[in-house]
Amino acid sequence: MKLADKSCALEEAVSRIGVGATVMLSGFGVPGTPFALIRELVRQGPKNLTIIKNDANEKGMGVDHLLAAGMVKKLIVTHIGLNARAMAMMNAGDIEVEFCAQGMLAERVRAGGAGLMGFVTDIGLGTELAEGKTRVELGGREGVLESALRADVALIHAARADTFGNLCYAAAARNFSPLMAMAADRVVAEAEVVVAPGGIVPEEVHTPGPFVDHVVPLGALGEEYGVVRRA
Amino acid sequence: MSDVRDRMVARAAREIARGMVVNLGIGLPTRVIDHLAADFPVCLHTENGLSGIGPTLPYEQADRNLIDAGGAYVSTIPGSAFFDSAVSFALVRSGRLDLTMLGAFEVAQNGDLANWKIPGKFSPGAGGGIELAQKARRVVVLTTHVDRKGNPKLLEQCSLPLTATACVNRVFTDMAVVDVAEGRFHLREIAEGLSVADVVKATGAGLIVPEGELPRF
Repeated sequence: MKLADKSCALEEAVSRIGVGATVMLSGFGVPGTPFALIRELVRQGPKNLTIIKNDANEKGMGVDHLLAAGMVKKLIVTHIGLNARAMAMMNAGDIEVEFCAQGMLAERVRAGGAGLMGFVTDIGLGTELAEGKTRVELGGREGVLESALRADVALIHAARADTFGNLCYAAAARNFSPLMAMAADRVVAEAEVVVAPGGIVPEEVHTPGPFVDHVVPLGALGEEYGVVRRA
Repeated sequence: MSDVRDRMVARAAREIARGMVVNLGIGLPTRVIDHLAADFPVCLHTENGLSGIGPTLPYEQADRNLIDAGGAYVSTIPGSAFFDSAVSFALVRSGRLDLTMLGAFEVAQNGDLANWKIPGKFSPGAGGGIELAQKARRVVVLTTHVDRKGNPKLLEQCSLPLTATACVNRVFTDMAVVDVAEGRFHLREIAEGLSVADVVKATGAGLIVPEGELPRF
């Protein structure tokens, strides 16, 4: 038996993202953000995108390029405080922003990836986050219905991949990656190192290959991936 | 940091008991770590996916993949673990987080907390704060007693959008240590050089003051 080779060029991997697509982006701040895939998406330029990501990165990085290029219709995020452009565009009504509690975003994505339609939680009860959500009573407790999230495409950053799409994440770069890698119709993983099948020990696989459609080998990492020097 | 704030943070550090799992929010709470002895047994959790946070690292030594939720470059220690964001919040919501320390815009006498949004001025999103406030076993707040304009932050009711309802157990300020119990504020300790009257005046709700001398910090 042999596992398929899903290696793919950057341009081709991103080329199926059309106007109006919903796109999940891995990452929490810099760690895990697929900067190379995002740059290629900006180059190809489909507009009216709904972006699902923990945050909007910082000015001049990642999601900010999509915002600057006017490609974003809506952000589904937990926090955008480090990106002044995202805040300004939201306040001016240029983009729609849906805020989720961070664990709720994770769980909605996981639910989508697990083939579920949603789940019931008490998170946000008594706050404006619960407004407009369906109330549910379950086992004598009150909760709200949270809907699952799926995307047309998930763009994921991995530290290591094999050509079949088994993925490993580094340190705190894991964050939303394993969840989003389950929750999209098409999953594209960029990887710092790509090895042949067998090059990753089965016990150390974080995302199993069957979830992944394309593996894009990264060359030298761009500046955006590096340590951010702060004053 | 002014002397009294340093004493407040040092006092808050004594809130952490041996063996606890603790999440320190962004800002003043992060500084609590400076007041813990290097061999003190505590597991610090950060919601972006790490338990067992080690010391913060300078730029030259930083690992580009290893930050805390505030974006600071941190390190691991023997026994650290990485996990995804769903696991991270499962830990919070299932009751495994013993204590969280958070900042505040407003705290109400019933324990309501507002710390994520000022309508029309500041709305970056709450990140992980809602679940930390709602589900940590114990929630303590570190804040100045009054805002920059001198208005009290401890109030009968919050006027800003809530982070979570009835969640705060204790507030450490630059003036006092105040407990929240049975829908009221209870004065427990007082900063050096202040009188009870000073604290009462700076508090925007009734303050239950016990008989006798209060501990100082």
